[in-house]
Amino acid sequence: MSTTTPPRERPRQAAGPASHAKAPATNGRHSQRWLAWIFLAPTILGMGLFTLIPIVASVVLAFFRWDIISAPTFVGFDNFSEVVQDPTVRVSFLNTILFVVVAVAFQLGLALALAIMVQEKMPAWLRVFFRSAFFFPLILSAASVSIFMRYLFNEQFGVVNWFLSLVGIPAVPWLTTPGGSAAVVILVYVWQNFGFSFLLFIGGLASIPVETYEAASIDGATGWRRHLYVTLPLLSPTTLVASVMAIISALQVFDQPYVLTRGGPGDSTRTAVMVIFESAFQRLEFGQASAIGVLLTLIIMAITAAQFRLSKRFVFYQ
Amino acid sequence: MTTTTDHGLAGHSPRLSEGLPETSPNRRRFSWNFAIRILLLLVAATLTLGPVLWTLSTSLRSPSESFKLPPSFFPWNPDFTSYGEVFQQLNIFLLVLNSALVTGLIAVGQMVTAAMAGYAFAHLKFRGRGALFSIVLATMMVPVQVTIVPVFMLIRGMGLSDTLLALILPAIPTAFGTFLMRQYFMGLPAELAEAASIDGASPWRTFRSVYAPLAMPGMAIVGILAFNFHWNEFFRPLILTISEQNFTLPLGLVSLQGNLGTGSISVVLAGVVLSMIPALVVFMFGQRALQDGLTAGTGK
Repeated sequence: MSTTTPPRERPRQAAGPASHAKAPATNGRHSQRWLAWIFLAPTILGMGLFTLIPIVASVVLAFFRWDIISAPTFVGFDNFSEVVQDPTVRVSFLNTILFVVVAVAFQLGLALALAIMVQEKMPAWLRVFFRSAFFFPLILSAASVSIFMRYLFNEQFGVVNWFLSLVGIPAVPWLTTPGGSAAVVILVYVWQNFGFSFLLFIGGLASIPVETYEAASIDGATGWRRHLYVTLPLLSPTTLVASVMAIISALQVFDQPYVLTRGGPGDSTRTAVMVIFESAFQRLEFGQASAIGVLLTLIIMAITAAQFRLSKRFVFYQ
Repeated sequence: MTTTTDHGLAGHSPRLSEGLPETSPNRRRFSWNFAIRILLLLVAATLTLGPVLWTLSTSLRSPSESFKLPPSFFPWNPDFTSYGEVFQQLNIFLLVLNSALVTGLIAVGQMVTAAMAGYAFAHLKFRGRGALFSIVLATMMVPVQVTIVPVFMLIRGMGLSDTLLALILPAIPTAFGTFLMRQYFMGLPAELAEAASIDGASPWRTFRSVYAPLAMPGMAIVGILAFNFHWNEFFRPLILTISEQNFTLPLGLVSLQGNLGTGSISVVLAGVVLSMIPALVVFMFGQRALQDGLTAGTGK
């Protein structure tokens, strides 16, 4: 991107001030402005209507009680205090945070380990195969994946328990116990999403110059130690981006728990977004749903800000 | 890609993607390190592809056989009755038609509007350009779940509730697509515009006949990303469509599983496999574009 800036200046200087004074040039600048606004109109109007106004409306709605049928009434912070005290909402937020911690740690660790292994010496066709394989689940729909994973994790006739029985492990009640359900939601989510972090790490690894490794090996860092002392520090900008993106998307998890468990058993796999969905579209509590949405957004913003702040201390830029 | 000993040569800076240099490039000997690494990767690849292969192969078992263990990973005697069943149980033509219509129109809409907006941000001069672009970028951070309630109301107010347009219209303006196209146009030399304007071309003409044709690869990435995302989308269709005639594929499949319970796995899985075909086509022909698009703007 940076390479485009210098050539941009050149022709303007070459043309000289004379050409700027000419009528067509000013005319051109005028029509440029018109064209810009015509080109931007669909995007700006669309975003205003379907993103910006809804954001404002969502915040406003959080202070009203409204079930669509009767007129909305202003209730101040009531929605927030009710939501914060509601045991289901509390459990769901706690579930979401636990889910984020475990799933993101698992996803990033797995993706980093696989990326390092794939980038080391191997035949090119094998590398292409591994990359495609790890990327593959990303193109599937989370709903479809959750449908077939439900069968795989079925207690009696599921393939997972069949494999476990081969090594003498008795049937695990995956989808009927709180712990089992949480584990399945995490496994299915990570199965589908680690490929994205993997791709980011591959990109990051490719930008580390080989010379750095050569220098490190002269200094005596070989084997896994060169990853500890060279790869990890040099990869930290990528790790930051990968973790921010992984956390933001994990905080919004919905499809997998909805299809796999419907939030059950009990509330054990209910997530923040599921509660937004249920209070708005099943209980018609649009004000409360908006309040939960505002809280979730604030959490997302706070975590993202904290990550970038922390990164100033731990991220190493070349 | 294979070992070369001239890694250190000036002006040639090999990157890690070409593989780390071997410590002893001349001797080819069996290395435990290599074997274990490949073995671990093969295990990971098996765990990644295994569930999909099992899905495919179980959908090719007869409905009564589909529960049987040991599981099948290779369809020795393919049985297509489940595929017939799925067409009877589910109006799959309608689901595919809805999904194709919704996804196709969103993709085309995003390609056109993102190209236009991206071009304006990259090559046209107007007041407030920087500020406006920042606002567009900022909207990327707002999760769809937060705006869904007001969008739902808005759709109702517009009289579009329970129509396919309710899914299409809000998805067309794209912050990420606009960002991607802006980056793409910035990568094209500005001299082209200068040359065109010297030849007397209007800004519109410059866009139409100089930049737009060059932007096709960038637009393809936007289109492929949009297709992949919206073909698989579940949350918005779940909320914005009510009657079954407006369901998209993921929604129809989830409702099929609900109807059948655990009755016949293979029928549900046949539906799942059918829904994967377009994604598979994208995977085969647009994998590179998809990967580039997904990781664009992450400082790669």
